[in-house]
Amino acid sequence: MSCREAQELLHGYADGELDLVRNLEMERHFRECPACASDYERLRRMREAMSGSVPYFQPPAGLERRLRSRLRAAAPAKRSIHWQWAAIAAALVLTVAGVWRVALMSRHPDSVEILAAEAVSSHVRSLMAAHLTDVPSSDRHTVKPWFSGKLDFSPTVGDFPSQGFTLAGGRLDYLDGRPVAALVYQRRQHVINLFVWPAPGRLNSETSTTDRQGYHVLHWTKAHMNYWAVSDLNGRELTEFAELVRKTG
Amino acid sequence: MAEKAELVEFEQAVLPHLSAAYNLARWLTGNDHDAEDVVQESYLRALKFFSGFRGGNSRPWLLTIVRNTCYTWLRRNRMDDQTEELDEEMHAIDSGSPNPEAVLLAAAHRDLVQRALEDLPAALREIVILREMEGMSYKEIADVTAVPIGTVMSRLARARARLQQLLAGANPAGARA
Ligand SMILES: [Zn+2]
Repeated sequence: MSCREAQELLHGYADGELDLVRNLEMERHFRECPACASDYERLRRMREAMSGSVPYFQPPAGLERRLRSRLRAAAPAKRSIHWQWAAIAAALVLTVAGVWRVALMSRHPDSVEILAAEAVSSHVRSLMAAHLTDVPSSDRHTVKPWFSGKLDFSPTVGDFPSQGFTLAGGRLDYLDGRPVAALVYQRRQHVINLFVWPAPGRLNSETSTTDRQGYHVLHWTKAHMNYWAVSDLNGRELTEFAELVRKTG
Repeated sequence: MAEKAELVEFEQAVLPHLSAAYNLARWLTGNDHDAEDVVQESYLRALKFFSGFRGGNSRPWLLTIVRNTCYTWLRRNRMDDQTEELDEEMHAIDSGSPNPEAVLLAAAHRDLVQRALEDLPAALREIVILREMEGMSYKEIADVTAVPIGTVMSRLARARARLQQLLAGANPAGARA
């Protein structure tokens, strides 16, 4: 093993991340190379100093109790800390859920309406809670892998900076009774939420447009996936965005 | 809707990790009050997404949410560079490190180590916390921080190089020429 290799593997060795063969090679190299051995010794000493000096902060007394009571209060409606909004959203969601259960049986046209309402609610919530993204990144190679392990499908993540739609990140959300991918884009000051989840057995559809509570909602299916785009952006530009997404999806 | 049974299941899965959640939030926000707010918000978000949790180890799952909530919180409440993207190609660890004289003046070694860690950019600090305090594997850290394993390794190396530099500066006997 060369010094260069040993230096590259130094941290992996210290962290127990190497396989047995590499481990043995490292140990042999240390016996033969005082410079690398001393680098490892410095690293070991530094970590030892850290473990004795760096405080592990303990939660304040009562935090667990406060947490339990907040969770209990939040559980019936599964809503976060914005209480006023939570009450409204809870009422809406309960209504939606009730109707939705019936609508599911037949994929009644009303189900599209209900889903549009849910999508708009999620969009508004993402703005109000100021929790737009779980993975804030303009790099689709960061955003796409972030979803793996969190969802049972892998959304196609496009980025269209030259057309003026920039990726701001991704978020887990909940729509249509299941976890979905929310991809967040920005156009000037406007935020676009693009919700994506599987639509088994459904091929390509036309893009349909509705307006709700001042938001434009575009919806289509392509290659067995549902796409819902919600924004306060004007209809023409949102349609332009939808066309770009359709080309990549 | 989260029924009582789901809440009980949720509490059993994630409340045991309250210390880990608090410690991470405390290190990323830098103070007790903010850490508590972030932890509370994180648990409420975690409850909301619990149905998407597919079993397995709930600690990385929870810490992912805590970590993301921290950054959202920092962006919302502080207009500083906490959430700035790191330049992965930048290896000049000298830039931005504290004045060596100030480091030498630090009285207690313990304070020095703590401050050295506080002074790391958040993207390096979080990886040190997850590795050294939570004992997470590179793979788990990669999942929590949403970066490739290679990036975890290079960030860890950079973070440790900077910490070593600071400690060596304060401890001339241990410094190499
Ligand atoms: Zn060597």
